[in-house]
Amino acid sequence: MYSNLIIDLMQIIMLTVTTVVVMLTVAVKRDHGLISGLTVFGLFASLLTFVFIKPVLPLEATQLLIIDEYSLFFSNLIIAGAIAVALLAYPYFDKNKDQNEEFYILLMTATLGAVVLACSNHFVAFLLGVEMLGVSLYAMIAYTVHMEKTAKFPLEAGIKYLILSALTGAVTLFGIALVYAYIGTMEFDAIPAALAAAGDLGPVFVIGVLMIVAGAAFKLSLVPFHIWTPDVYEGAPVPVTAYLATVSKAAMLAVTLRLLLASNALEFNVVIVVLTVMAAASMIFGNLLALLQDNVKRLFAYSSIAHMGYLLVMVIAASQIDAALSVEGVSFYMMAYFIMSLAGFAVISAISNSEKEYDQISDFRGLFWRNSWLSIALITVLLSLAGIPLTAGFIGKFYIFTSGVEGGLWFLLTMLIIGSAIGLYYYLRLIYIMLQPAEDLANDPAANAIPLGVNAVLTAMTAGVIYLGVFPAPMIDTLQSLASAF
Amino acid sequence: MILVWLIVILFAGGIGALVAEKRSAELPRVIALATLLLDLFLVVLMLFAPGTLGLDAGSQIDLGQTGEWLVLTSSDWIPQFGVSFIFGADGLGLLLIALTVFLGLMSLGSAWHEIKERTGFFYFNLLWTLAGVIGVFTALDLFLFFFFWEVMLIPMYFIIAIWGHENKEYAAMKFFIFTQVSGMLMLLSILVLAFFHYQSAGVFSFSYFDLLGTELPEGVGFWVMLGFFVAFATKLPAVPFHNWLPDAHSQAPTPGSVILAGILLKTGAYGLIRFTIPLFPEVSMAFAPTAMTIGVISILYTAKVAFSQNDLKRLIAYTSVSHMGFVLLGVYSWTAQGVQGAVMTMLAHGFSAAALFMLAGGLQHRIHTRQMDKMGGLWGVAPKMGFMALFFTVAAVGMPGLGNFIGEFLVLLGTFRISSAAAALAAIGMVVAAVYSLIVIQKVFHGENKNNLAFEDLTGVEMFCFGLMMIGLLWMGFYPQSMLDMSEPTLRSMGVLFFQ
Repeated sequence: MYSNLIIDLMQIIMLTVTTVVVMLTVAVKRDHGLISGLTVFGLFASLLTFVFIKPVLPLEATQLLIIDEYSLFFSNLIIAGAIAVALLAYPYFDKNKDQNEEFYILLMTATLGAVVLACSNHFVAFLLGVEMLGVSLYAMIAYTVHMEKTAKFPLEAGIKYLILSALTGAVTLFGIALVYAYIGTMEFDAIPAALAAAGDLGPVFVIGVLMIVAGAAFKLSLVPFHIWTPDVYEGAPVPVTAYLATVSKAAMLAVTLRLLLASNALEFNVVIVVLTVMAAASMIFGNLLALLQDNVKRLFAYSSIAHMGYLLVMVIAASQIDAALSVEGVSFYMMAYFIMSLAGFAVISAISNSEKEYDQISDFRGLFWRNSWLSIALITVLLSLAGIPLTAGFIGKFYIFTSGVEGGLWFLLTMLIIGSAIGLYYYLRLIYIMLQPAEDLANDPAANAIPLGVNAVLTAMTAGVIYLGVFPAPMIDTLQSLASAF
Repeated sequence: MILVWLIVILFAGGIGALVAEKRSAELPRVIALATLLLDLFLVVLMLFAPGTLGLDAGSQIDLGQTGEWLVLTSSDWIPQFGVSFIFGADGLGLLLIALTVFLGLMSLGSAWHEIKERTGFFYFNLLWTLAGVIGVFTALDLFLFFFFWEVMLIPMYFIIAIWGHENKEYAAMKFFIFTQVSGMLMLLSILVLAFFHYQSAGVFSFSYFDLLGTELPEGVGFWVMLGFFVAFATKLPAVPFHNWLPDAHSQAPTPGSVILAGILLKTGAYGLIRFTIPLFPEVSMAFAPTAMTIGVISILYTAKVAFSQNDLKRLIAYTSVSHMGFVLLGVYSWTAQGVQGAVMTMLAHGFSAAALFMLAGGLQHRIHTRQMDKMGGLWGVAPKMGFMALFFTVAAVGMPGLGNFIGEFLVLLGTFRISSAAAALAAIGMVVAAVYSLIVIQKVFHGENKNNLAFEDLTGVEMFCFGLMMIGLLWMGFYPQSMLDMSEPTLRSMGVLFFQ
């Protein structure tokens, strides 16, 4: 029994061990290459443990955590994302002769928090994960603040994230307190029974749930909790932006979906209405505001707001259709978005470092002729974000349409089509700019060799976008089996 | 498998052209030529000697299909969604495939001397667009169809955005957004259709043959049909969805215009014939009066707009919309003559519009303007060009003996049986067509050569292309039966009204 428990928690244990080892090594010897190598190695090792975990699933590892195929899938995604971010971070910081090593400790703790979050089945674990992830992120966002030359304004971004995150953290906590006060349990699974036992439904429970949803919406940057997103995306160093866009969102989404489904919260009309408004507003405002950007990181920020809105459509559909289809679709879309974002940020990383980031749209002028590999990768990503066939984004959109049609969510589908139509414009504009004749740049950042790690991430992610778009069948099989538990 | 090969050869040729650019800027066009000739060879075999490819009744697989399918292949793609690779071609499909490959060669001919920059990527896009179009004409799984519908869009976007003229960004963007958004509506409709089929049959399937005859609840059918209709009417295009076309056509480089006018517009008409009406026979028939009205408005309104253009390419673009109005009219009359006429118009307009765009493009390439008020008296400078322009203009107007006449005449005949008013109004369109066409000839080739323009007359490659298209139009004009015979079984199987 206990041996199973240890196997079950192996990923988390491996991550913890790696964090400690990295920290101790930093204390003994500061060496950027060594530390980043160690981090990547540790992450890989914990990723690979899923082979051992898989046969013993599903298991509730203590009251706090549940390890099943669903959480394992998201944990793997998170750890893979962390590996990619570590690979992007090495060349980014390498030029800087400051103390870069602590970044990897923060990366490890953040990842640990994200995995705990994805596996949590209890409000305590939920809070633990959110805070561990959040606190590490404050420092990661502002990491370059002491460097001689920094590319951006990390301090502003860090403070902004800190204040807003702390605020929503408090709101979430209050929401949890309300839920607990009303039904007397903190376990997700136990909520429906407790609710039934509590009898007459006061508004307290629903308000509590909505407050928790607000906290989640902050991390997922859904309108109206999206204000921080563009500033923080722009101000943070590129690898951290990539982390925010992918790992942080995937973890939060995984737990939110589990909470909503396990607690039957979608049976309340108010919750559905609130989610619908947030989804529609995110799709429309995210896309509209993206039109106005001339910075690619900000553009990705607004586009991520819109994409989270698309995702929410499937979450809402779960109230009408078989929850398994919804979980399957959300998982697929999140993974697709994960891969697309990492590829996109890898392109920016390839031409940026901690002293100078090339993230203005004008920096991409003529990229197609300056460095065709980078631009082909970015075009693939943009087409995928726009939901064009042959890419992962299309299959994702297909899921959204399918669940929307089955659930009869005509209003949201209309918003989705309008939103996507607006979205096409700014994706195409970036593509168009890349296709323009190149100007003669004295110091073309795209002419340099792409660092090996960045290129590896870029290649893997671009290949992933195409592979999932052309041969989605194997992945769908996996997702169907993990979703069948819901 | 032969249909898959047609597509794969084009995809592969495109990649070959892209790679070959590193060797020499000339090599990609040679590769493109070889690719298209190979495809043409296969198409000719399919048309005239299907036996050599092993295409006979035994080569088909049973999908519970109706109609006479010359080729039909199928294999799984995403079994969880019921999506599979189903390719098939019947008489109608084959005619359009032949048109695609032939006009592909013509556009290659017009690109031969015009495209000098980034040739590899250009021919890559050219061949991939054609592959997408052939996919559209052969895909019989709606998911697959949608996939090819988008595949033909992106390379075309690149062609306009990179090699286009002064206002290319706007034109390319508009083209993409119109097609994509209407495509999304179609995707939504496809999914709703598949969903209701799932409810009644218990399995998810996107196969054309499975979805035929799906019962839709009262009220839903109309909206689902409308999703398809809007997507196809945008591509066709019909008023009021035609807005993208004049920009896209006038800004695209000549080979792009040739493909757009000659082939891409036909995918819209094909979609209406193959999908919209057979999938939703009742609601489509209820909708037919509206669609025919749209057709008549398209014919008359765009003919009027064409008349007031000064930009030669825009003028031809508007005339395309006008001619496509005849197609819409013929299709929605759903009579044998009407639909046959629509198919003939599609083929003949493919030739005449492609030729006119090549002429306009050739002129622009030589004198760097498309404005007709700057031209005049060009017959003296370039008599061969003048002759060709006259020939294809007259063809477009509907001179008996040429293909366009047969098409539009049949459309009017078929429409008359359903609505004499629509037929009468559409006939006025033919009169207006004569006016705006002759104006072009007069403004450009007659009168005084005010700016003393002088340039080289048509080259050998161009003459060769125009000659082939002339022969084609004459063939259609004098022996249309050869084509009508091919499309007839298809139309019969779809339940088109045949009068004795």
